[in-house]
Amino acid sequence: MYDYTDFDEAFVRTRVAQFTDQVERRLDGSLTEDEFRPLRLMNGLYLQLHAYMLRVAIPYGTINPRQMRQLAYIADTWDKGYGHFTTRQNIQFNWPKLPDVPAILSALADVGMHAIQTSGNCVRNVTADHFAGAAADEIEDPRPYAELLRQWSTDHPEFQFLPRKFKIAITGSPNDRAVTAAHDIGLRMTRNAAQEAGFEVFVGGGLGRTPMIGHLVRQFLPIADLLPYVESVLSVYNTLGRRDNKYKARIKITVHETGRDEIARMIEDRFAEVRPLFGGADQALLADIRAAFAQPNLQSRSVADYDAAYQANPVFRAWADTNLSAHRQGDHAIVTISIKAHGQTPGDATSEQMRVIADLSETYGYSELRISHEQNVILPHVAKADLPAVHAALAKVGLATANVGLLSDMIACPGMDYCALATARSIPVAQEIALHFEALKLEHDIGALKIKISGCINACGHHHVGHIGILGLDRAGVENYQITLGGDATETAAIGEKTGPGFAYDEIVPAIERILRAYLGLRLHAEETFLDAYRRVGMDPFKRALYGDEGHQDAA
Amino acid sequence: MSRRYIPKVVTANRLREGDVVYLTADNHWTAHHHEAELIEDEAHAQLRLLHAAGQKLVVVGAYLADAKAGPNGPEPVHFREAFRTRGPSNYAHGKQVDLTNV
Ligand code: SF4
Repeated sequence: MYDYTDFDEAFVRTRVAQFTDQVERRLDGSLTEDEFRPLRLMNGLYLQLHAYMLRVAIPYGTINPRQMRQLAYIADTWDKGYGHFTTRQNIQFNWPKLPDVPAILSALADVGMHAIQTSGNCVRNVTADHFAGAAADEIEDPRPYAELLRQWSTDHPEFQFLPRKFKIAITGSPNDRAVTAAHDIGLRMTRNAAQEAGFEVFVGGGLGRTPMIGHLVRQFLPIADLLPYVESVLSVYNTLGRRDNKYKARIKITVHETGRDEIARMIEDRFAEVRPLFGGADQALLADIRAAFAQPNLQSRSVADYDAAYQANPVFRAWADTNLSAHRQGDHAIVTISIKAHGQTPGDATSEQMRVIADLSETYGYSELRISHEQNVILPHVAKADLPAVHAALAKVGLATANVGLLSDMIACPGMDYCALATARSIPVAQEIALHFEALKLEHDIGALKIKISGCINACGHHHVGHIGILGLDRAGVENYQITLGGDATETAAIGEKTGPGFAYDEIVPAIERILRAYLGLRLHAEETFLDAYRRVGMDPFKRALYGDEGHQDAA
Repeated sequence: MSRRYIPKVVTANRLREGDVVYLTADNHWTAHHHEAELIEDEAHAQLRLLHAAGQKLVVVGAYLADAKAGPNGPEPVHFREAFRTRGPSNYAHGKQVDLTNV
């Protein structure tokens, strides 16, 4: 995988030294909190409800075993023995103490990691398809482009003070697993008539207070034009973006207010100016980066042992059916390690689990790992022959839950158990839904389903694009949960529609059960997924299930 | 127009540890909500908040939170403040264990 260059290393070390000094000056009183806050945020350090929180970037979700072990070490040494993987492909530590943070950042720098640009109005951690470099349906590995964007945007002087934060997502395959439509810029790899690879470019997607699906502004962007085009988008946004109103500052509002056609035209005009300024250095750099992302040398292995285990062992079979995805080499598979054991906190891995994952990656996975925005960990390349051993090792540490893509494979943001911005809890709602349907043994019957939960309107839990979305709100001093249906995070992206009045904390699990029992009753056959059924029948049957025959909108 | 003032406590996080604390009547910071000073007067609340904001080497992010009198001292009104007295609901971490182990 890509290793940081000497330049990156020096840059990160300089930042650690700077921040170490800043922490000291905060602790001795030379800096006030008002002065210190922007500095700590630039280094990923937040003050949350019960403690500080450190957010560490995992660029495009790619991490190596040595880094994973270092995260485990940090969790044990300076935190409470676990870390939380987020929908931004970051990891968060929930309990660091301020005087320890310089040591943590230094430990991260030892393995080429950092917390830079995980906050602030800059280009954030570029996210990518978590099956990058392995998926059978992939046109090209998107990560070299993500890395190119990372290097270009890191400390880019023009784009450190954008009107608002800026998120770019990229996928190398037509099946969008990176939620590109919900990002400021979404890049989807495609081929033109001449079979050359390039990008479809979407601009102005985003969730949060005003959820919007990105608009297609360029059908086909040649690879060589990537940086000048992205720079043109940022440049137009930097000029037009609403700095007067935080809630209108994201590019989605700019696009909405300006109109897709006009924005596309402005971007093209700017592109015509910017393009000649790129003399080809970016393409030379890209070539170097590509070489660093060279594919591992996959061995050819017999799948006989895998087939035998699949036939003989129903537990293994259940796991293989849900947690494996098609690898481009038929005798290999992509393993999604579920960090969603029923009743556990979605996305939380203990230090012991991190170490086991690191070991498995080294022993069976060509030392590769990815973190998914769905808060799971991926072993992208495992020979099918090794899967029984991988499964057995995962089972020993509670990581063999066979639920990927099912109801309990939920996204849940930290919510009011940690987050200072939250309006309600999300983690216990996720825990209770998972346990409830596990007890009913309905999860496999229900089949493919994405439930996504956010603890406030900021939508870190992606609730708008959940098949079932749950948004926790504060209604007159009581937790209240609003449900949306029909959201979709893939290439057929859609924003979910509100069902009606929300539900109290102790009503939300029964409400979800009513929705899903209605679905089981009305689906045409077992293969018709919840989302397909919703698209066929619309909201009404679910409203009736939730609110009764009158559909009383004035309830609650 | 005049509405009864909702009593307040001054709360913040400790600068070094990040722990949730409350200002007592004798100018200490306590981890226990019920030991906080219950402030029933708006002008006094502003003074106490100013006092807290001046303690920049001890606490960070001081603010006034609604509270009410209870049998053992002030109690939180809003669920957010109730959670802050305990810690997260998914693990026995934070004050719910730290305080009982003291
Ligand atoms: S959605 Fe809201 S509560 Fe959840 S992590 Fe984001 S800001 Fe916090």
